[in-house]
Amino acid sequence: METFTIVTGIAAPLLLPNINTDAITPMIAGRSLSADIGKLLFANWRYHPDGSEIADFVLNQPPYREAKVLIAGANFGCGSSRERAVWALMRFGIRCVIAPSFADIFYDNAFQNGLLPLVLPVAEHVALADAVAQAREPVVTVDLDLCRLTDPDGRAIAFTVPAERRVALREGLEEIQVILRMEDEIDAFQARDRGVRPWVYLDR
Amino acid sequence: MTDATTLIDKIWNAHVIRTLSDGRTLLHIDRHLIHDGSSRQAFDGLRTLDRKVRNLPLNFAVVDHIVSTLPGRTGESHPPGRERIHALRDNCRQFGVGLFDVDSPRQGIVHVIAPELGIALPGTTLVCGDSHTATNGGLGALAWGIGTTEVMHVMAAQALLLRKPKQMRITFRGAPQEGVFSKDLILHVIGRHGVSAGAGFAVEYAGEAIRRMAVEERMTICNMSIEFGARMGIVAPDDSVIQYVAGRPFSPTGRLWEQAVAHWRTLASDEDACFDRELEIDCSAVRPQITWGTSPQDLVSIDEPLPDPASAADAERCEAMRRAFAYMDLVPGCPLEGVPVDYAFIGSCTNSRLSDLEAAARVVRGRKVAAGVTALVVPGSMQVKAAAEAAGLDKVFVAAGFEWRNAGCSMCVTSNGDVVAPGKRAISTTNRNFEHRQGPQSRTHLASPASVAAAAVSGHIVDVRKLLRG
Repeated sequence: METFTIVTGIAAPLLLPNINTDAITPMIAGRSLSADIGKLLFANWRYHPDGSEIADFVLNQPPYREAKVLIAGANFGCGSSRERAVWALMRFGIRCVIAPSFADIFYDNAFQNGLLPLVLPVAEHVALADAVAQAREPVVTVDLDLCRLTDPDGRAIAFTVPAERRVALREGLEEIQVILRMEDEIDAFQARDRGVRPWVYLDR
Repeated sequence: MTDATTLIDKIWNAHVIRTLSDGRTLLHIDRHLIHDGSSRQAFDGLRTLDRKVRNLPLNFAVVDHIVSTLPGRTGESHPPGRERIHALRDNCRQFGVGLFDVDSPRQGIVHVIAPELGIALPGTTLVCGDSHTATNGGLGALAWGIGTTEVMHVMAAQALLLRKPKQMRITFRGAPQEGVFSKDLILHVIGRHGVSAGAGFAVEYAGEAIRRMAVEERMTICNMSIEFGARMGIVAPDDSVIQYVAGRPFSPTGRLWEQAVAHWRTLASDEDACFDRELEIDCSAVRPQITWGTSPQDLVSIDEPLPDPASAADAERCEAMRRAFAYMDLVPGCPLEGVPVDYAFIGSCTNSRLSDLEAAARVVRGRKVAAGVTALVVPGSMQVKAAAEAAGLDKVFVAAGFEWRNAGCSMCVTSNGDVVAPGKRAISTTNRNFEHRQGPQSRTHLASPASVAAAAVSGHIVDVRKLLRG
């Protein structure tokens, strides 16, 4: 997994609430498994049906085409469990989404892939969005070492991330490695549980 | 503090392999369902790790999302889906996972077949790479949707690392009126409290109205937990669940059955158990519900006018409502009743079980699909299809002008050839009315199977109670 320590880059505002995974990565009939998933990101908002760009969509405008951070409304990532919503953001170059809240499944999927879903209280989120909207250069820095966000005016905002998620992101540690270290305990649980709930194990 | 525990506590506690010092739990997963839409990269991940599927008999695969539902369909019928169906077949063959393939009489939507085959059992933990997995909560399984990375984790370890969610209980009081179904009740909860009210929570649905519901109706309630923001939704198993589970292909038998039933009877929240949040709804006050916008919370009762964005709680909500009105081509303050529909779709993991088709057929019987309406019934599984045909429901639908299809996700998900044409309006028994959900520029209204059937034969959105009385 790609590590995350300090990311500095353009922050793009997309401040609708409840941006769902169908909006982030629509089902496109006929899309091949090998197609560029970065092009799928917000496809119905980014492109006309003929494939040409919709000029007023934020990610089609300079400087946001190069965005590394997305500032979104509450409950970002609601809807389906599709992990390609995360893959598409990453592939586009987004490393951090900042929102007042995230949908549960998206939040977990993001961490599994090295995308930081950063929750800010509403007041700070609004202030950050305003600062970004008014800045000549809407550049922010997300520092996971210090848990500190710096807005385009140089103002520092502290944030929190669950401790184990922070460690995993900084070290690029995949959760499966943590799980597989406990294999003996899984063995022991199943051996014990077969006695307690034998009907669960269909291979008897 | 008391020692009282909730239903969710009891199931959770029985599955704890280890609690980590950071508060996370390694939880045993009893059942894992795999489908064609979200599993390919997970199998690739297993290969990268050089791992096998740890407990093959606890893993089941099925094709549902990208398979054609047309009569006589095969895995080749929807060319864009071919690649993924072949990938799933190859992966299942290579790793030894049992697959309900296109031609299997047990094939169907993953959340329909898991209960139907006795794969989902009360008190089990069950996961699937699909957000509507909580459907299985209707029979008392603690079930939730996961992403592809976690699909790989479950295959490798038969366990997941997670934090225990907060718990909410929603108590359903009173009895619903004629024409009001479990779909209307869960939509009402979402409309009233919003699509993120359940975020961070696992929800137990309780109360006399839930107790009186058939198991399939409870599945519809649990199915839409995710539209309320909650990953997990569950109803305590009772006699009707035990009856439902008995005799299914993967259900326990003999002495194991007796043991299982004794365990299942312990699965209920203690009377003095505490929840982090409690909500209550009065079912007797709920009228048939229908969505007007592009979020499941954009909801009205069928006989009430559309809301005015100017009356929204805040500027953000006001803007979202204006956007939804523009997308849906509707006008604030107008009634929804009378708005013409182009498509009527009965299907999906929310409402494609036998009782859903029966409720729709009661409205359709002796009537015709209105001119200009494309109407589809897509049974949730091939077994539902066969049962419906044995009851003669297919004849009712076909005589009225509905298409009668094979099982799959169909028009819910735009990935199998069944789509709503651009700019057209659909009324659907599905769970999501997002922009472009049923096809590019499609417009979706969510409602119960009876309400969808009523619109199909009327040619426009209508109060189903008028047809039931008629």
